[in-house]
Amino acid sequence: MKTFKIGGVHPEENKLSAGKPIEVFPIPQKVYIPLSQSLGAPSKPVVKKGDVVKVGQMIAQGEGFISSNIHSSVSGTVVKVEDYPGAGGYRSPAIFIDVEGDEWEESIDRTEALNKECALSPEEIVGRLKSFGIVGLGGATFPSHVKLMVPAGKKPEFLIINGVECEPYLTSDHRLMMEHGEELMVGISILMKGLGVTKAFIGIENNKPDAIGHLSKLASSWPGIEVHPLKVKYPQGGEKQLIKALVNREVPSGKLPIEVGCVVNNVGTAFAVYEAVQKNKPLFERVVTVTGKSIPTPGNFMVRIGTLVSALLVHSGFSAEDGLKVIGGGPMMGKALTNLDVPVVKGTSGILVMPASESKRMAEQSCIRCSRCTTVCPMGLEPFQLATESERAFYELAEKDRILDCIECGSCHYTCPSGRHLLDHIRVGKAAVAKLIRARAAK
Amino acid sequence: MNEIIIYSMITLAGLGIASAVILYFVAQKFKVIEDPRIDIVADILPGANCGGCGFAGCRNFAEAIVKAESLEGLACPVGGAVEATEPKIAVVRCNGSKAHAPAKVVFDSASRCSFAHSLFSGESGCPDGCLGLGDCVVSCHFDALHIDSETGLPVVNDKCVACGACVKACPRGVIELRYKGKKDRRVFVSCINTEKGAIAKKNCEVACIGCGKCVKVCPFDAITLANNLAYIDFEKCKLCRKCVAECPTGAIHELNFPTRKEPVATSEQSDTTT
Repeated sequence: MKTFKIGGVHPEENKLSAGKPIEVFPIPQKVYIPLSQSLGAPSKPVVKKGDVVKVGQMIAQGEGFISSNIHSSVSGTVVKVEDYPGAGGYRSPAIFIDVEGDEWEESIDRTEALNKECALSPEEIVGRLKSFGIVGLGGATFPSHVKLMVPAGKKPEFLIINGVECEPYLTSDHRLMMEHGEELMVGISILMKGLGVTKAFIGIENNKPDAIGHLSKLASSWPGIEVHPLKVKYPQGGEKQLIKALVNREVPSGKLPIEVGCVVNNVGTAFAVYEAVQKNKPLFERVVTVTGKSIPTPGNFMVRIGTLVSALLVHSGFSAEDGLKVIGGGPMMGKALTNLDVPVVKGTSGILVMPASESKRMAEQSCIRCSRCTTVCPMGLEPFQLATESERAFYELAEKDRILDCIECGSCHYTCPSGRHLLDHIRVGKAAVAKLIRARAAK
Repeated sequence: MNEIIIYSMITLAGLGIASAVILYFVAQKFKVIEDPRIDIVADILPGANCGGCGFAGCRNFAEAIVKAESLEGLACPVGGAVEATEPKIAVVRCNGSKAHAPAKVVFDSASRCSFAHSLFSGESGCPDGCLGLGDCVVSCHFDALHIDSETGLPVVNDKCVACGACVKACPRGVIELRYKGKKDRRVFVSCINTEKGAIAKKNCEVACIGCGKCVKVCPFDAITLANNLAYIDFEKCKLCRKCVAECPTGAIHELNFPTRKEPVATSEQSDTTT
């Protein structure tokens, strides 16, 4: 069975909510929709205080090439546009909407009927994804239309669909594949048309045999789409690792997957593409896994963007005990929340609650030169070296040692027997090196 | 027997003389001419290689001085006044102690300020305030800083030579180099939070709320208000302390002044930071 060659770890899977069907989460009373939900520049609001908005109405416009539109997830009145604390506690502008009813834009097709035929041209597909605010739902929230705009001189050969979901605990992509497989296939065919490729590979780890079976059956009636089971290994969901696993090509350092003729999209994104193109539905809701060993009823929910995490937790029977850690995302790459009244955004794939006993950090000890971090690094880097270079502020050296290739998967940190804060140092170093490069370019 | 000793002595002496002659000429040929003044200057400098002057170390600084042949724009902040500049000291502009800005969350995953700053806004919720994890203490070569365990804030002592290493180390820019002041007397706004007053106050009871009262009361136009934050220009400030009495939150600190006739919120002042 296929997998990527170098590095990787095997954290406990803990897919507690894998068997739970996606539930539609009740619409909250109020939503807080942050203006910065995708990679790139924050969007600019096009509504003001007192405006009445409908579900699916554009409320903020993306400015610049890498930026995306934001649509209202509810119907109601705009209360204000003001700073609201995000996951880290830092405030950033958000649109506050008081909910009244659930009135959708008339253009949105709300029927369940599967619409297989796509009449749009590739350019129109790109335009649709741009105006409907579709971004990568795997976590990085890279605007999807940019991925379809292939730079001159490059030729895409394969579309790769990421159904790996290698993060422990998370099951939102798994459930989506099980419940919306047919829509997914249409979404993939639309992406293939947009890119002009004839081959698409869906990569799924073999801890989801039901999804592999289900999608393989569906794919047999779609020419060009293949499902590939993959050996379980974290971080297979990283796009470079996935490309290596599926087509055995290596993305060169500092380059995008298109360099080796690949474009990678998440299954969640493919589903959102289907809804945008065939149902005229902008991206204003997504599947979120709420999970954790201390959560009485873990589950998967279709949540409107802007719903507060606290509402999701209450719905799942969470009670605030002492010493809990709430993480936005999975346990490997997610970041701890400092405040539970944080809105769900386009990049929120899950909410994980961990008791203090599980999430305690080891005391930091000296490096014992065991080189486990180097063994597990899926990018072939030397984390101990990069961490030291960052700590000592040897940023030129760190740049030479390709610190910017680090995908921040946390495998080194996870595996270090001395509990060294490798990724913390590398993250700080990456920011400093990026700044160094920008300063050099500005000169 | 004697012959062996004599021959070896002659051989060795001959070798020695020959090598000395060769070495003499080689040394002449590859001579590195270094200005002897560099050594003299380097000897005078403190030798801590703190980098406060902007050069990599004391010797680099000495080389730069000798090369420039003047002291214009070059000064060792540590070695005392080269020109007639006023001595400075590091000032911690945050009073968000454990009591004033209580922690709302426990966040054990960051062990350094630089990590914490990139991950979250701080346990108290203030996005600008001191994180209390001591990056400044680590950066100090002069043992002039420590974290007070009671307040959780760094304290500067008089070993501070104003090299500025802590200013660079702090990811949030909490520390500033200000005039040391006559008899160590200083007046400064102990807050750098730029949020709106109500939000800042929610996280920290001694935050500057940007009310502007101090700006009005200052007779020397030393105080400016920008982004909901007052700032006292230490070059203009005459240490009259009118602003200290006026500040409603006690964000303006006075240090090392004799006690006033009418006490002004003494608990907030001079208890934590220097």
